[in-house]
Amino acid sequence: MIRKLFAAGIALATLAAAPVTLAADKIRIATEGAYAPFNMVDSDGNLIGFDVDIANALCEQMEVECEIVAQDWDGIIPGLRARKYDAIIASMSITEERLRVVDFSEKYYSNVLAFVAGKDKNLDVSKKGLNGLVVGAQRATIAGQMLEDKYSDVVTVKLYDTQDNAYLDLASGRLDALLSDKFPAYDWLRTDDGQGFEFKGEDLDINDEIGIAVRKGDDLKDDFSAAIKAIVANGKYEEINKKYFPFSIY
Amino acid sequence: MSWEWSVIWEYLPRLWQGALLTLELVFFSGLIGIILAVPLALMRASHNWVLRALPFAYIFFFRGTPLLVQIFLIYYGAAQFDVIKDSALWPVLKEPYWCAIIAFSLNTAAYSAELIRGAIQAIPKGEIEVSQALGMSKATMIRRIILPRSFGIVFPAYSNELLLMLKGSALASTITLLDLTGMARTIIARTYTPLEMFFAAGMMYLIIAGVMIGCFRLLERRINRYQYYKLDPSQR
Amino acid sequence: MELQGFGHLLLSGTWMTVQLAVSSLLIGLVIGLIGASAKLSDSRILRGIATGYTTIIRGIPELLLVLTLYFGGSQLIMLVAAWFGHDDYIEVGPFAAGVAALSIAFGAYATEVFRMAMLEIPKGQWESAAAMGMGKIQTFFRIILPQLWRLSIPGLGNLFQVLLKDTALVSVVGLNELMRQAAVGAANTKQPFDFYMAAALLYLGLTLIATVITMMLERWSKPELRGSRA
Repeated sequence: MIRKLFAAGIALATLAAAPVTLAADKIRIATEGAYAPFNMVDSDGNLIGFDVDIANALCEQMEVECEIVAQDWDGIIPGLRARKYDAIIASMSITEERLRVVDFSEKYYSNVLAFVAGKDKNLDVSKKGLNGLVVGAQRATIAGQMLEDKYSDVVTVKLYDTQDNAYLDLASGRLDALLSDKFPAYDWLRTDDGQGFEFKGEDLDINDEIGIAVRKGDDLKDDFSAAIKAIVANGKYEEINKKYFPFSIY
Repeated sequence: MSWEWSVIWEYLPRLWQGALLTLELVFFSGLIGIILAVPLALMRASHNWVLRALPFAYIFFFRGTPLLVQIFLIYYGAAQFDVIKDSALWPVLKEPYWCAIIAFSLNTAAYSAELIRGAIQAIPKGEIEVSQALGMSKATMIRRIILPRSFGIVFPAYSNELLLMLKGSALASTITLLDLTGMARTIIARTYTPLEMFFAAGMMYLIIAGVMIGCFRLLERRINRYQYYKLDPSQR
Repeated sequence: MELQGFGHLLLSGTWMTVQLAVSSLLIGLVIGLIGASAKLSDSRILRGIATGYTTIIRGIPELLLVLTLYFGGSQLIMLVAAWFGHDDYIEVGPFAAGVAALSIAFGAYATEVFRMAMLEIPKGQWESAAAMGMGKIQTFFRIILPQLWRLSIPGLGNLFQVLLKDTALVSVVGLNELMRQAAVGAANTKQPFDFYMAAALLYLGLTLIATVITMMLERWSKPELRGSRA
């Protein structure tokens, strides 16, 4: 009996306290600040980018106050678990390993792959069209894995430690084509170096979803998922998307 | 997160392929390296300062900078110049294989030249004087006395240099070659088992190093056999 | 050489390289001292562990070590942590993986340098210290260690040069040190030769500074040479 009373008391206390804490406590959100154009630091030291804009739009939708903080990638999950902040919006892929220690909202964008090659090259990105060519990708990325798994029987696969080195070999002519995450490559194509190159063929959907990480069991997960749905529906998402890419990345 | 032996067994043949490329790189680079090192060392030990300065600059550069920088200078650096890209050299420099061989050879030549120079200077002065007294020409002296003697003296240190080359050859993986390290990294890109694959690759390096050390011991006994020569007790 | 405004990147990279090298040196020296003591200890187990350590490290490429600790580090630490009942998700960054790999490699070679130096110190000194009533640990810190430095400096200087050059390997796992910054500059300007040459010259400068410092330490450690022109 005493136990029951005690439980009821806690329930009452939390009920009473809940609205107060929500209003008083702002949500703290971590991002990395080193993954252009998704999250980066401008010359005044402010965090900017797609992830940051999305975070602000979501907070507005949820009608809560938010504070966005920068955190090194290495410590970003431990920091969440240590309650230094409440959510991570940093272009983090939803993976099995991470799901063991954190929860993810629904996706807020999808990572896809695309082939890049010289504008002067008439490249057909089917297996037949790629036959005998030299194709590169960054090692230890989904693009590298994809190339090894799906294309290594017809093309010569070259794996690079950095995306930059792969671009250099694309420019020097050692590579006929490059398979890459589409959005960072899109950024590169807009630079001076990228002028001679373009995307070839259709995007490759690899089922790589980017979500918002929260602590295990935190209700924020559902709040974020609902807010994402809402901003996609009311056009806010599209507005932000357009700022960075002329195509939808949802 | 568990340890998977099966993945090691499954990919062992591909690791072995990578090990063969590693051995090939070490062998050819070592060979070219020693061919380059001998004249460099002779020049370094010369009394003419102009002759001394050139190899000094070369050796200073290649010993004072990381091998990784040297590889990238040759692989990515060469592609910067249209002169090179339009020349007859490009088909060679286009291939990461040759870039690796060139970089490793130049690098090991610099280290070996210093070892050989040290050995030349360690030859007892008396032996040089004797050969001069016997009326040997300079060329004969180098061929008959200085090189064979210094080779015997340098051998232990040179075998050490070859072991360092074996370790350095892992850098071939940074210019897309599938040597032992490159193969392991490529397999990991597919299997996501870094610890197992790097462990297997590390074991293979250890085995290669072990076999190399064994061969050097045998060769050392053969080359410097006078040091191991024991008087037959019955003839005392 | 045209660096097109990327010069400051190379300088910040050089600073990172120095931090990486010095951190690895300090930890590597501690490992080396422990390794040498283990090799000379009376315990067969300790001797075996130390010999295994130096043999393995001297046969395995440093690059493989860097890669293993970077890509396998999280897994390794989590395996150990799970054993103690923790289930934290720990990511190992490039700096930590780099320092770990470089100091482990440095430590193996330093073990040999320290071991040789320890052998050069006459056994009589241990015995007389014991006769004076000093304990083993006290003898080590008061009598042996000060002499050890003097005997080890030339060898350690060489190892530090190797370490400095090996820091370039950590660029492969994405640490923004000199080599990596040169690669960034190379990619952005399409002038790889200029940037890698600039990096090479900066490395030459670093190795030169290290040589000078080693020589100064060597002189400073030998009181009989102080003031003389060597």
